[in-house]
Amino acid sequence: MFETLSDRLTTVFSSLRGKGRLSEEDINATAREIRLALLEADVALPVVREFIAQIKERARGEEVAKALNPAQQVIKIVNEELVEILGGQTREIRFAKNPPTVIMLAGLQGAGKTTLAGKLAKWLGAQRNTPLLVAADLQRPNAVTQLQVMGQRASVPVFAPQPGNGVGDPVEVARESIEHARRNNHNIVIIDTAGRLGVDSELMRQAADIRDAVTPDEILFVVDAMIGQDAVNTAQAFLDGVGYDAVALTKLDGDARGGAALSIRHITGRPIMFASTGEKLEDFDLFHPDRMASRILDMGDVLTLIEQAQRTFEQEEVEKMASTLASDDDFTLDDFLQQMMMVRRLGPIGNLLGMMPGMGQMRDQINNVDDKDLDRITAVIRSMTPAERANPKLINGSRRLRIANGSGTQVGDVSGLVTRFFEAQKMLRQMKSGGGIPGMPGMPGMGGGRNKKALKAAAKKNGKKNKQRSGNPLKAKQQEAERAAEREKRRTEGPAPDQSGPQLPPGFGGGAPGLPPGLGGKKMPDLSDFKLPKQ
Amino acid sequence: MEYTIVGIVIFVIAVLVVGGAFLIRPRHSVETEERPKVEEPQTQEGRPPATVEEGAAEDGGATAAVAEPAAPTAPAQPVAPQIETPPPSAGRLVRLRARLAQSQNAFGRGLLTLLSSDKLDEDVWEEIEEVLITADVGVTSASQIVEGLRTKVKVLGTRTPGDVRSLLREELVAHINPDLDRAVRTEPHGDRPAVIMVVGVNGVGKTTTTGKLARVIIGDGHTAVLGAADTFRAAAAEQLQTWGERVGAPVIRKEEGADPASVAFDAVTRGIADGVDTVIIDTAGRLHTKTGLMDELGKVKRVVEKRSQVDEVLLVLDATTGQNGLRQARVFAEVVNITGIVLTKLDGTAKGGIVIQVQRELGVPVKLVGLGEGPDDLAPFDPETFVDAILELS
Repeated sequence: MFETLSDRLTTVFSSLRGKGRLSEEDINATAREIRLALLEADVALPVVREFIAQIKERARGEEVAKALNPAQQVIKIVNEELVEILGGQTREIRFAKNPPTVIMLAGLQGAGKTTLAGKLAKWLGAQRNTPLLVAADLQRPNAVTQLQVMGQRASVPVFAPQPGNGVGDPVEVARESIEHARRNNHNIVIIDTAGRLGVDSELMRQAADIRDAVTPDEILFVVDAMIGQDAVNTAQAFLDGVGYDAVALTKLDGDARGGAALSIRHITGRPIMFASTGEKLEDFDLFHPDRMASRILDMGDVLTLIEQAQRTFEQEEVEKMASTLASDDDFTLDDFLQQMMMVRRLGPIGNLLGMMPGMGQMRDQINNVDDKDLDRITAVIRSMTPAERANPKLINGSRRLRIANGSGTQVGDVSGLVTRFFEAQKMLRQMKSGGGIPGMPGMPGMGGGRNKKALKAAAKKNGKKNKQRSGNPLKAKQQEAERAAEREKRRTEGPAPDQSGPQLPPGFGGGAPGLPPGLGGKKMPDLSDFKLPKQ
Repeated sequence: MEYTIVGIVIFVIAVLVVGGAFLIRPRHSVETEERPKVEEPQTQEGRPPATVEEGAAEDGGATAAVAEPAAPTAPAQPVAPQIETPPPSAGRLVRLRARLAQSQNAFGRGLLTLLSSDKLDEDVWEEIEEVLITADVGVTSASQIVEGLRTKVKVLGTRTPGDVRSLLREELVAHINPDLDRAVRTEPHGDRPAVIMVVGVNGVGKTTTTGKLARVIIGDGHTAVLGAADTFRAAAAEQLQTWGERVGAPVIRKEEGADPASVAFDAVTRGIADGVDTVIIDTAGRLHTKTGLMDELGKVKRVVEKRSQVDEVLLVLDATTGQNGLRQARVFAEVVNITGIVLTKLDGTAKGGIVIQVQRELGVPVKLVGLGEGPDDLAPFDPETFVDAILELS
């Protein structure tokens, strides 16, 4: 059900192969798919319509007709347009000439204003500012207390003269806060207002009153990344009611695709300034338009995956894991178990796989992947004796029965696991000896390709089957200095001829020229993987 | 960084290869997912014995412990007394209608204008579909509704606005499925109180819903204990306390950062000791993507079940939520086996169409709707009234 745009387009374009041009019909079919993908991502309908018109226009043009791989070219166009809309001019906070700079937060209930206020304060505080939080949400029970706690955590003072819970006048609080900030030398004032609905004219007027009372330098519209089609109405209502200069997108750590970002940007023209990506005060940053574009299109997001992994894992753990894999010893079930436990900490396995680019063709399976299955695998492995884990060849029929009984699975499951494990082991062995992932064209020597660009460049050349990952084991190995030298030679010499890419079918390797530099390094894997389903 | 990439990448390959046998193997959960959504939910929701089977199948036995305790709900009352009988409830329905009509008439009018246009051609149908999509109904559901409507119009050959209008109403009601049991089980069984858990992602209005629900229960002459198991968010317990104090319901809370399961456990223990009718447990908002937090939620439920079965697990969904709502519901259903949905913030411009998809896919009915910030703005959900309000019929 959640097919990626690339999967969809692949289907559309599969009939085109060999045809040099896109017919009008092809373009319409493409447009339909893009439309669906955007709607699934919660991009608002009017925005989708306009966007599609734009894409169609460009798709008819030269660049696509001439491209060797129209599908890629179209995705590239879509991506570019998205980045353009989302990006535009990225803005810093405008600081007032005469401090304090006043920042006012507004948004629907539950968008995350109070939490964002705390995060913003901490973020600004880290840049040698002296922010002051103002509790002007006097409506929701204990919103004031919540802000006070946030302030405490962020070590930022909170100005809360009113107890809240319906008592007090927020406009008055806001006005007093400016005076208070001036007296206490705060150069930034962050006003947290109550959540309100766009249709609630009374509360909107109150927000406008607060605005008029303090003349904020920046009004931030705080919006939940999970918001659906209503984003348009709400964004417009707030723009009319209070007006805002920029948008802060919250709860981006979920798996919402965040089409709202696109809608709001498109409808109101206001840039998205901040992204809040977690429950901790530090999970807050400036907004990255390019990442958002991949997310809306549901292209794999390797960067996010890596970031997530970095946050979760200890450096040593990972090093240990990598060195196990790179060592001469065979990969054992124990290693596997250990790694599985590590990766489980990253989140639901389906999500992780979804983040890997090129997993599109396996999407159905991914959707069916259940973490419980991993538990079952764990149970099977744990029902083995240490000797069996180290050397699964030991496992004969009666052992299988014992393991199956011990783990509450069927004998077939155990056999399946063991068989698959042997395959994996073989594969890893092959990779270690520099062969790359079997069935995938070898990754020619990556040299010392430590930087990403080089990696991507190589990936580009390989075009067809490169999953970005296939290059990496080699890199790991290279870091194993002693053994590296010998194999390095083999590798660089060995598969080098492949690089001319005779095995790349036309339109595939050819994808490379179609991938312009504008795409930036990180989109590369997505696009190249996009071809995989055809295989 | 490099090591990280290497590690993950290799691992994923390994998992796919090794785990492939397991992961790809057809499983029960797949079947349950693909189960026809319309007929089955009745059995699933209606009578608890069915719930056991379903739950066990879905969880592949692994979490049968979680699913099972739903079984003894057999004595639960089929009707929710606080909803039907007392005067406030009646008033609520009227207000629901008024509120919805007020905020959503553009939607309904748009549809009806389209339907009563002179000729119903491709463009008109497409526009109708688009109107539905803007209500967050989702592309699949929208096209189904339109398809159904088209067929009916064609078959019946009727074109008068009145007829088309009632056809549209029928179609929408059918999609919301009026046959589901939407009663909230709040009646105590024997000497033990009914236990309601309120779950959801951050900022959807769980605490507010808990407070409002307590008001409804107390307004109906029952007693309630509130458990502030949101020990994570700053001041969440205070917020609940404020709600509790207003209606005189005791709130069980602990210091911030305490184990939510222990708070919930204490709340239920207190409920049993005091002999109250209902215990409502407010949990912390958690994004469904955070495995650790979801595990914690599962634990809260398991621990509570040591004292008493959990009668209702209400998933709170924000009406503004888009297609992500479906994913949320799926994950929460898997972890705590949700029994009902509360659709909040319906007083805004958002229509909450996502519930149609959620209901269809998971068979979990919308039981309550939140219509505003007022303390008594929680109303029982009634599909017909809901549709009427949207279409301004009645």
